[in-house]
Amino acid sequence: MPEPLILAEHIDKIYDMPGGGGKQVLRGIDLAVREGEVLAVLGPSGSGKSTLLRIIAGLAAPTRGSLAYHGAMAARGGDGVAMVFQSFALFPWLTVQENVELGLRARGLPEAERHERALRVIDMIGLDGFEGAYPKELSGGMRQRVGFARALVVDPDVLLMDEPFSALDVLTAENLRRDLLELWLEHRIPTKAIVIVTHSIEEAVYLADRAIVLSRDPAEVRAEVPITLPHWRDREDRRFAQLVDEIYSLLTQRAAETQTAQGRRRPDPIPAVRSGALNGLVELLEDAPREDIYRLGEELQFEVDDLLPIVEALELLGLATVHEGDIALTDEGRRYAAASLLERKEIFRTQALARCPAIAQIPKVLGQKSNGRMNREFFVDAMEQSYGEEEAERQVDTLIDWGRYAELFAYDQESRQLYLEQDEETHLSGPKE
Amino acid sequence: MSWFPAPGIARRVRLGWVDLLVFAAVLLLLLAVLRLGGRMAVPMHALGTISLDPWQLPLYAGESLLRIFIAFLASLIFAIVYGYLAAKSPWAGRVLVPLLDILQSVPVLGFLSATLAFFAGLFPGSSLGLEIAAVFAIFTAQAWNMTFAFYHTLVTLPRDLEEAAHVYRLGRWSRLWYLELPSSAITLVLNSMMSFGGSWFFLAASETVTFSGRQVMLPGMGSYMALAEQRGDVPAMVAAVVIMVALIVLVDQLFWRPIVAWSQRFKLEQTPSADGPTSFVLTILRRSVLVESLQRVVHPVWEAIWRRLARPMTPKSGQTQASLAWRIVFSLFGLAILALALRAGWHLLAGIGLGQVLHVGWLGILTWLRVTAAVGLGAVWTVPVGVAIGLSPRIGRWAQPLAQIAASFPANMLFPIVVAWLIKVHAGLDIGAIPLMMLGTQWYILFNVIAGSMAIPQDLKEAGRIFGLRGALRWRRLILPAIFPSLVTGGVTAAGGAWNASIVAEVASWQHHTLVANGLGAYITLATAQGQGAHVLLGIAVMSLLVIAMNRLVWRPLYHLAETRYHLD
Repeated sequence: MPEPLILAEHIDKIYDMPGGGGKQVLRGIDLAVREGEVLAVLGPSGSGKSTLLRIIAGLAAPTRGSLAYHGAMAARGGDGVAMVFQSFALFPWLTVQENVELGLRARGLPEAERHERALRVIDMIGLDGFEGAYPKELSGGMRQRVGFARALVVDPDVLLMDEPFSALDVLTAENLRRDLLELWLEHRIPTKAIVIVTHSIEEAVYLADRAIVLSRDPAEVRAEVPITLPHWRDREDRRFAQLVDEIYSLLTQRAAETQTAQGRRRPDPIPAVRSGALNGLVELLEDAPREDIYRLGEELQFEVDDLLPIVEALELLGLATVHEGDIALTDEGRRYAAASLLERKEIFRTQALARCPAIAQIPKVLGQKSNGRMNREFFVDAMEQSYGEEEAERQVDTLIDWGRYAELFAYDQESRQLYLEQDEETHLSGPKE
Repeated sequence: MSWFPAPGIARRVRLGWVDLLVFAAVLLLLLAVLRLGGRMAVPMHALGTISLDPWQLPLYAGESLLRIFIAFLASLIFAIVYGYLAAKSPWAGRVLVPLLDILQSVPVLGFLSATLAFFAGLFPGSSLGLEIAAVFAIFTAQAWNMTFAFYHTLVTLPRDLEEAAHVYRLGRWSRLWYLELPSSAITLVLNSMMSFGGSWFFLAASETVTFSGRQVMLPGMGSYMALAEQRGDVPAMVAAVVIMVALIVLVDQLFWRPIVAWSQRFKLEQTPSADGPTSFVLTILRRSVLVESLQRVVHPVWEAIWRRLARPMTPKSGQTQASLAWRIVFSLFGLAILALALRAGWHLLAGIGLGQVLHVGWLGILTWLRVTAAVGLGAVWTVPVGVAIGLSPRIGRWAQPLAQIAASFPANMLFPIVVAWLIKVHAGLDIGAIPLMMLGTQWYILFNVIAGSMAIPQDLKEAGRIFGLRGALRWRRLILPAIFPSLVTGGVTAAGGAWNASIVAEVASWQHHTLVANGLGAYITLATAQGQGAHVLLGIAVMSLLVIAMNRLVWRPLYHLAETRYHLD
């Protein structure tokens, strides 16, 4: 096994929360970046995979744990990494060439050498003729090429990429992926390893030699999947599809085991999904007894990250069940799908009250107050203990949306208060004004 | 270097008329600065002879201009250094940011006499001290706002660019040059332009001063106007107003427009926009071979300097200890200053009884009422007029710059004319100070309202029309909410201006008559004239407190409301 260039051991990352406490995003992450490999880091959104990449890049410090550079990297220290950003992160006031030269200029290289190296990379990456253009004159794909050129021109040992293709349209992304892979496979760049953070399983299976699957809240390494298919890989290949399916079920699998192992931690957060999206998926599933979640996502052109929370929400409400990567409506779910608008609210209310303690609590709390009103902050504060501030805000937002839809309670944005609607007549009428 | 297009292949080799023009302009500018600069330090007794000959006006205009530009240069340097320190060192920031907030609230004109005595003392017998005091007064009118603007952009840098700068090891200088200054360029330029416009008022107020019991006039537009008014020379007054307006327009066209147009290259958005600000002067400069050759000469020098400055950022570790030492030094320094200030304040105020303090508080309330009335009355007419102008794009396009010129025009140059009229109708200054304040400040509301109503999205206007929104309902539901943020901005600027104006508006004279209002501004002015330092200090302290209280209790909540609820996006 080739020696590691970067070795991260027991990495913990805890973000301080305003008002004390902290939110742990990474826990006990062990990771080795080995010479000659493309390593993909996969995980659900908000799992902290970008944070992990930023720790490797030296942009953020781990709360605990160690990060060490070995071999070729040891001498260069933090100088041996370069990074490609999801948002490109180009300086809009610099031309293509000036953007590419930026890293060289910071190192104080003389002008002639800078030009020479920059032009060589610009040539290689296919930006010829655009040296004097400003980023805003370029298409998204060309902009990301500048991002690649800027990274490659400093001859990094390890190239870090944070969702480099996800801001591009499908065709452009494919084109750029192939070009990058070609440079890598033909050893036209001196880069010794590539780490790519992505939420696209296909992208990982297409590019990487090894994939690391992270769990969420906090992220731990759930699995490590070697990908040994020879390049160039064929998406239609059976083994390709098998690998995608395998990683997919790893990603969608609930972290039930880890949770029981640590005892009662905290209630699972409710998935941040608006009621409208729930209805949409239920209607889609009405005609199909079982549906493969991965197919479904492809059909809807949804990324895993977009679809998964909706599936989880349906599961939580007992409207659907998930089994081996397939989703099916329950009896209750079928009844819901067939119901009228008002009946649906009724079913939703019953299910939510029965199965989601967080939402059932709110009318109880409000009922204890003589005026039936309670500040939003009260609920945020209550949840902050378990989830941290940002997530608590999102939880309360979702709870309010569900509560409004189920007509369990109402919310006044002006005063930021949740309240019980006193008047039965306004109960089913539309919003005021 | 990226701030200018890199000198590429020469587009033309021969010099054209454009180059001749640029060359002549540069030469003229150099000569003027040398000539006028030489006049800034003359023996004191040579001062005080202002000629009302209109042919002397361009010369006076030049001297005023030089003052305001020196002050601007100082403000720019101050803004960048102070803003940088406040943003980079959390410890310095904890002191510097609130301090800036206080400085911003201090009515600058109240301090003029104190700074005058200080600077004159540094250069006895020379007019240089007075010149520096005048420049300093203008500086204080420009610097705070610019500093806040720079500080604010420094702490809200785009995160991905910051990370890129970090990954690619941009050192301190590279960061400043490639990330921080460009990111803040647009905001800094716009705020500079506004502050510059607002500072003409202070220029006019600081050229004619009372110093050691006698009136001293520094040669300049403000003094010319003051003398013309004292003599009642109407033609000279008209000439001064015309030249003043011309000066403001010229500075706008020859200086600000090109800079604003140039600064558009620092826009953060990634889409090219069709119609940004343009400037014919910038176009001329960009086409000039002369400027291009200059770049060729400067480029290697710049490269050489750059290679000395550029140090790649090194991952740092042992930094916490150094900053601990800094903290201690800093805290001790701060405590010492605080103790000194308290002691000096105690000494000054020792002779003043509680009754006096209460009296000054009461005067403060009177002036506060005037300021409120000036802003309110200003809004009453500027809102409907501004909306009418702003909703018609054709009128709006030329009316907005006009309102901006009106806001830049030093209203205090016109005060005596209004005072003459007040005397004629036997009105006192208790009420009369309100129109005086409005004279300078209402324009801020006007051009903000115009800008706000020009920015109402077309679809909202169309939706309003389709649903038959008319009359009061249209105002309540569409127009007022849409222009609310601009109205708040205009209001806060107008109120700040009115506080400052109170110092020159509550005591005003026309020839041999002097009118005095019952208020805090008059209190400060009279105490200054009588050399009662303790009373001046008390007056300024009370006024600063009132301004800070208004900002905290009224304007900040309104800003918050504007940003959260009435934000159009």
